[in-house]
Amino acid sequence: MTITEILIVALVAGGTFFGFVAVVGIIRLPDLYSRAHATSKSDTLGIVLTLGGVTLVFGADLAVAKTVLLAVFLFVTNPTAAHAITRAAYDQDITPWTTEGEE
Amino acid sequence: MAVSGVLQTVLLGAAAAFVLFAIVLMYRIVAGPTMQDRVIAVNGIGTNAVVVLALLAAALDQPGFLDVAIVYGLLNFLMSIAISKFSVERGGVI
Repeated sequence: MTITEILIVALVAGGTFFGFVAVVGIIRLPDLYSRAHATSKSDTLGIVLTLGGVTLVFGADLAVAKTVLLAVFLFVTNPTAAHAITRAAYDQDITPWTTEGEE
Repeated sequence: MAVSGVLQTVLLGAAAAFVLFAIVLMYRIVAGPTMQDRVIAVNGIGTNAVVVLALLAAALDQPGFLDVAIVYGLLNFLMSIAISKFSVERGGVI
């Protein structure tokens, strides 16, 4: 394997790992706001790493421009969407999860 | 450029893993106590679908899939913003 192929495998594996972290966060965390935090940060990092690997696969091509455009676009819009959803939830008086009231 | 056998296996395996993540996220759509939980899960499934499309474009050497991925990402963002905007009375969420 060449250096480029090793780099591609490392980037795609890292992206898959952070996608897994995001899924675990969405399933396991206790309330809406912490779930939004998991999806907006871990998922965005996983997407950018995976699309970096895809960019290296295509080498020098028009497809590289499209992939970089896709990565930049998702890098901007994914946290924005999570922010909009959580702000809508806060406006609807959904209270955040706290440890008060337990014990 | 066409990818070699090992690399194609890695890319297709990562795509399969992201499909599995999307299936697991459907639990949150079914179980999520509030409507916003479900919107976040649908948004996550959409971003996973974009990544799967990009990985398939690289593995199968089909750059046309990237156009589909860009349009899917745009519509996914629009869906999240529209639902969060129209589920609030005053509507100014951004």
